[in-house]
Amino acid sequence: MIDKFRSDAAAAVGAIPSGATLAVGGFGSSGRPDTLLDALCDLDRRDLHVIVNNVGGDFTGIGRLLLERRIRRLTASFPVLPEFYDEYFAGRVELELIPQGTLAERLRAGGAGIPAFFTPSGAGTMLADGTFPLGYQADGAVADRMPERERREFGGREHILEYGIVADFALVKAYQGDRRGNLRFRLSARNFNPLAAMSGRHTFAEVEHLVGTGELGPDDIHLPGVFVDEVLLKSELSPRKPATAECSS
Amino acid sequence: MTQATAQTAISGRSRDGIAQRLAADLRDGYVVNLGVGIPLLIPQYIPPDVEVILHAENGVLGLGPLAAPGHEDPDLTDAGKQPVTLITGAAIVDSAMSFAVVRGGHLDVTVLGALQVSARGDLANWYVPGKNPAVGGAMDLVAGAREVWVVMEQVDRAGQPKIVRRCTFPLTGREVVTRVYTDLAVFHIVDGELRLTEYAPGVTPAEVRERTGARYVEDLNPEG
Repeated sequence: MIDKFRSDAAAAVGAIPSGATLAVGGFGSSGRPDTLLDALCDLDRRDLHVIVNNVGGDFTGIGRLLLERRIRRLTASFPVLPEFYDEYFAGRVELELIPQGTLAERLRAGGAGIPAFFTPSGAGTMLADGTFPLGYQADGAVADRMPERERREFGGREHILEYGIVADFALVKAYQGDRRGNLRFRLSARNFNPLAAMSGRHTFAEVEHLVGTGELGPDDIHLPGVFVDEVLLKSELSPRKPATAECSS
Repeated sequence: MTQATAQTAISGRSRDGIAQRLAADLRDGYVVNLGVGIPLLIPQYIPPDVEVILHAENGVLGLGPLAAPGHEDPDLTDAGKQPVTLITGAAIVDSAMSFAVVRGGHLDVTVLGALQVSARGDLANWYVPGKNPAVGGAMDLVAGAREVWVVMEQVDRAGQPKIVRRCTFPLTGREVVTRVYTDLAVFHIVDGELRLTEYAPGVTPAEVRERTGARYVEDLNPEG
């Protein structure tokens, strides 16, 4: 019998080791898997590569991991959090900056078995020409740059090659889920969640409501359980603030 | 062309005036994405007989006004993370589908602010070197939308023209801008050529010329 429901978030995300690559759903705080991220924050995991559209400014979850210097690389389109940039320019975290639509498609492609694709987004810009600083040294010099993209013309227009993303783990949030892992999202909280889920080799889904199998009709399932490995309930207590928001500097 | 003239205040359109002027060019049935800043002033000026579907990068097709205080839903925001409402008949998709709308040419117009626009339509609007880099959906929008309309002031805060021969800020896209609406004029970019199609009321040709950093032709009766 298939039962992907787990009652203990800490035990579940305990499977994530240091050094892992994580795809995380959400757009700002909308659709963000706060309970899973809180559980991850409580574990002493470091050297993480986090793929997420943007980092919220409330120092919870990914913001907290950044402040605690447990993230090695952030792949994002809109990091926003000022404290993140302090860490970036100080050489303590790398930034792979990706156009938002390219990021969404890279996650989808990775989960769909498409290793790479050509897109017009970003062609002719410094996100494609090998000049954007991926990371800095402590003295402020550029340590590494994002690789130059392969280029190819289609219909007389330049396109660039972008790679699908397969993450070790995915952390997503849905409105409803059942024990088979079928998910239904609500309004614009859907955003990156189905795509992050697809890209994960092992996907955790946090749901607001666990529903009985069959309650979600086949036409109402936004993401089938084949893309989901474990289902957990969102905690009323999440997101939790970090104990110390001043630990950078 | 002197510094003194460029810094003399002249009466052009206000930010609301620019938004209102652009809104008059939106056609019934258009699917439109609005960037932050002046573009967000546009919806209130869309003529009542024109129905426009507003798209937001986070997957909303059919954005309504901002949610009233006390009626916010954390699961319903626009691309600026503001709580919003939906129009009747709105649809919501995931981020990959949202950008399939954008890249696939299903967006009629994207309206964006700019740091600089070049005469051939290059756009710089995502990054000021030395500041914090973030790109969001800007590069996808300019690469994919059928038309890219820029709304901005004719000059920056230092009085320097924002329409230039070549952008000095990092590009968002090459040869993507099709129209520019400023406080002083409206420009179209057709086949790599910058054309001034309209002066704002009370603005003289010399005033625009002095505040534009690239050559353009005057074409006051553009077709369409």
